[in-house]
Amino acid sequence: MARVAAPVAPIHGVDSDAKLAFVEFLLTSIDVQESARRAVDWLVAHATVREAAVLVSEGISNEMLLVAEHGISSGAIMDFALNRDDASHPLIQALGGPSAIYVDGLAAHHRVPLEAQAFHVIPLRAEASEPGHGLLLVSGVGSELDAETAWLGRTLGKQVSRLLGRQLLAETRFGQERMLLYSIINAVTDPILLTDTEGKLIIANSHAEKLFAAPEEASEGWRRAAALNNMLFSAALSTSAVGMAEMARRELLLVDPLEGSDLLFELLSSRAKDERQGTYVVSILRNVTDLARAKEEIEESYRTLRIAQAEVRDERHRLDLIIDSVADPILVTDQEGDIVLMNTPAERLFNAPGIDDEMALRRVRANGANLTSFVSNVLTRSGEQRYRGEIQLGDPLTGRPLPVEAVAGTILSEQGELMWVVTILHDLTEAIEKARLYEQLKQASVELERKVQEATAELAEQNELLRRQHIALEQASALKSQFLANMSHEFRTPLNAILGYTHMLLNNVTGQVTDPQRKSLSRIDSNARHLLALINDILDITRIEAGRMPLNATTFGLGELFDEVQSELEPIIKRSNLAVSTKVRGAVPPVRSDRQKVKQIVLNLLSNALKFTPAGSVTMTASYDARLRQVAIAVTDTGVGIPEDDQVKVFEDFRQLDSSPARGYGGTGLGLSICRRLAQILGGTIELESAPGAGSTFTLRLPAKARRR
Amino acid sequence: MSRPAKVRSQPLVLVVEDYQDAREMYAAYLQFSGFDVAEAGNGIEAIEKTQALLPDIVLMDLALPRMDGWEATRRLKNDPRTRHIPIVALTGHALAGHAEGAREAGCDAFVTKPCLPDALVAEIKRLLDAQGGNAENVKDTARTPRSTKKRS
Repeated sequence: MARVAAPVAPIHGVDSDAKLAFVEFLLTSIDVQESARRAVDWLVAHATVREAAVLVSEGISNEMLLVAEHGISSGAIMDFALNRDDASHPLIQALGGPSAIYVDGLAAHHRVPLEAQAFHVIPLRAEASEPGHGLLLVSGVGSELDAETAWLGRTLGKQVSRLLGRQLLAETRFGQERMLLYSIINAVTDPILLTDTEGKLIIANSHAEKLFAAPEEASEGWRRAAALNNMLFSAALSTSAVGMAEMARRELLLVDPLEGSDLLFELLSSRAKDERQGTYVVSILRNVTDLARAKEEIEESYRTLRIAQAEVRDERHRLDLIIDSVADPILVTDQEGDIVLMNTPAERLFNAPGIDDEMALRRVRANGANLTSFVSNVLTRSGEQRYRGEIQLGDPLTGRPLPVEAVAGTILSEQGELMWVVTILHDLTEAIEKARLYEQLKQASVELERKVQEATAELAEQNELLRRQHIALEQASALKSQFLANMSHEFRTPLNAILGYTHMLLNNVTGQVTDPQRKSLSRIDSNARHLLALINDILDITRIEAGRMPLNATTFGLGELFDEVQSELEPIIKRSNLAVSTKVRGAVPPVRSDRQKVKQIVLNLLSNALKFTPAGSVTMTASYDARLRQVAIAVTDTGVGIPEDDQVKVFEDFRQLDSSPARGYGGTGLGLSICRRLAQILGGTIELESAPGAGSTFTLRLPAKARRR
Repeated sequence: MSRPAKVRSQPLVLVVEDYQDAREMYAAYLQFSGFDVAEAGNGIEAIEKTQALLPDIVLMDLALPRMDGWEATRRLKNDPRTRHIPIVALTGHALAGHAEGAREAGCDAFVTKPCLPDALVAEIKRLLDAQGGNAENVKDTARTPRSTKKRS
C-alpha cells in the first residue's frame, strides 16, 4: 500500500533514536489527544519536568481542554477550564505571543492546572506567525527552557497544527478518503489488483495479496504458489492484450497458496488511464470454483434426473402393460375422487371409448356414480389402509348386471396425506352363481337329510309298530293256545257224557238194545272217538307251537320201546293179519331223549303203516350211525306207497292222500304233522322213502343224546 | 286208624262232579256195576258228605265251584277221620302240572276225562282191591279200557 509522505522534523540533541521513534509515531497518528499523551510521556522520559499539561482548543469552541498531563492532581484536572476569549489571562495572551514565556507567580483569579508557581508556557503551532492551537505547560525545568523540551514543543506544535490546522485538516481529509477507498477495496471479497500493462503489481487488496504476494515468513510452498499465480496472471493478461479497451472476461485457474487446491476464477480486467502515470490495468478476480462445482453438480443432477425420468417412463410403460394385462378393472382416483388412471378393462366400464349409444353412456355414468360413492366411503375412512365392499355395476353394452367386489387401498404421501385411492374390481357374477349353486346344493342336502331322517323315523316307527305287533301277536298266540287248551277241555266235558252214555247203552245198562240200535250207537261211538282224537291232536299241536311241550329226557333202550309199542297196538295188529317184526341192526346204544315222545312218534308211524298196508309186512328197524352219533328208527311197509309229488304233502296238517271224508283208513290227518313237529323238538328229523305200489319207509333220526334246548 | 262200624254190603263211592250229566252218568254206571253211590256238586259238599258218610272211595273232579278239588282233597287228607279214604282225581286237562298238583294235594290216582264209565269202574276196583278186598262183591262188568291213560 502506498504511504502518505510524512513531514520529517530535523533531529537534535543526544537522543536522536528516541526522537525518531516519537516522530514516526506522530506520523501515523491522526488523533490529537493520543499525540499529546505520547508527547507528555516522552517529555517525562527525556526531560526533568515536574509537571506537564497539554491544553487544546478544538474546532470552533472557545473552551480549551486539558488533553494530557503529568504530575497534576485529578481534582485540578476536573476543575480546570480556560476560555480563549479571556484575553486578560496570561495563558491566552501567551497563545498569541511570539514565543514561549516563563511565568513566575500569577494573580489568584487566574487559575492554572499546575501547582508550581513558576512554569513555562509554550504555544503549540507550526509557524511563529500563526496563532497557537494549544499550550504546553511545563514546570520543574528551571527558568531557562532546555533543548529537549523546546524540541518537543515545536514537534508537538507542528503535529497539533497538522491535525487541527486548516492545511493539515485538508491533508487529513484526503488521507481519510484514501483510507476509505482502501477499506472499500479490502472489503470486497474478490481479489482486486492494479497492475501495469505487463502485469506488474502496483496495488492489491488483502485477498489479492494472499494469492500473489507471499509474506517473508511464508512457507516455501506459499511462495512458489504466489510466483506461479503471478506468472499465470501475467500470461492471462498478455493473451488478452488485444481489445483491452473494453471489459475483458475470461477464466483463470490459480492455486490456493494455503490449501494447494485449484481455484477457478473469472478474470475481469479493464484499462485505466492516468494522465500523469500512464496506463494501468484494473483486474477483478471472481472465485467461480464453487460455481463450477455447483454447475457440474447441477449438470450431474440433471443427467441423473433425465435417466430417472427415462426409467420412470419405462416403469410407467411397464406398469401400464401390467395393469392393462390384468383382467380385473383397476382404477386410481385422486383425493377429489376423479379418475387419474385406469386399465383397459376399467375403461370398458367407466369410459366406454368409441361408443355413442345413449343407453351405454347412461350406464357408464351410473357406473361412475357408484364408483364415486364407494371411493368417497374410502376417503371418509381415514386410517384404514384397505377397504372392501361390493358395488353393483352394469355392463355398458348389454346392461347385464355386474356385481363386483371392490378392494381399495390408499396411497399416502410422505407427509401422510392421502394422495390416491387404488381400486381393484373383481367380477362376482361367477362367485355369486357358485354361491347360489352351493346354496341349492346345501338345501338339497338338507332336504335329503330331512327325508332320510323322516324315513329313519318312519322306519323306527314301523319297527316299533312291528315290535308291538309282534308282542301283540305273541300275546294273541298265547291267548289262542290258552283258548284252544281251554276249548279242548270244554269239548271233552260234553264229549265225555256222549261217550259215556253211548257206552252205557251199548253195555245194556238201560236195557237190551236191538241190533239196528246197536249199529247206530256204534256209529255215534266211533264218531265221538274220532272227534276226541282230533281234539287231542289239536291240543298237542297247540302245545308244541306254544312251546309248552316240556321235554323229559331219560335213557332207554329201543328194543324195549319196540316191544311196548307192539303190545299197545296188539289188537290192531291182530286184526290186520300183517307180519309185524322188529329188528335191531348192529350195536345200538341206549338213547337219551324224551321216551314218551319217541314212543308217540313210533306208535303213530306203526299205526299208519298198519292202516295203509292191505297185505304183506311191517318192519321196525333200529340202527346207529356212530359217525353222526345218530339213531335211526325205520318203519317199513309193503303198502300202497306215496307218489313223489305227494311225499311232502303227507307231513302237512289234515293231509291224507285220499281226502275223501270217510277216510277208509281212519285217523285225523294230523298224525305225521305232529310226528314231524315232535321230531324237530327232539333235535331230529323224519324222512320218507316211497314209491306207489312199492311200499313206504318212514325213518326217524334222532341224536343219540338229545341236546338241552 | 278207625274203620267205620257200619259194614256195607256194597262199597260206597262218593262221586264229586259239578257237571250234572257226567255225575249222574258215572253214578248210574257205578250202581249198574254194583256200587253204592253218593253224589256231591262242589268241594264244600264233598268234604261234608265224606265226613258224614265216610265212603270207601271218592271220585273227585278237580275243577269245582266254591272250593276246587285240590283244596278239598288237601283238607280230606289232612283230616284224620278221612285220611284213609282213597281219592281218584278226575280232570279234563291232560297237562302234566295238573297231575303233579293232584298228587301233591294227596290224590291216590288220576284219571283224565274223557273217561269211559267201565274204565273208571276198573280203576276204582283196582284201588279198592289194593285197600283190602272190599270190592269182591262188586259185579264184574268192566271191560278192558282202551282209551284210559294211566298216570303213575
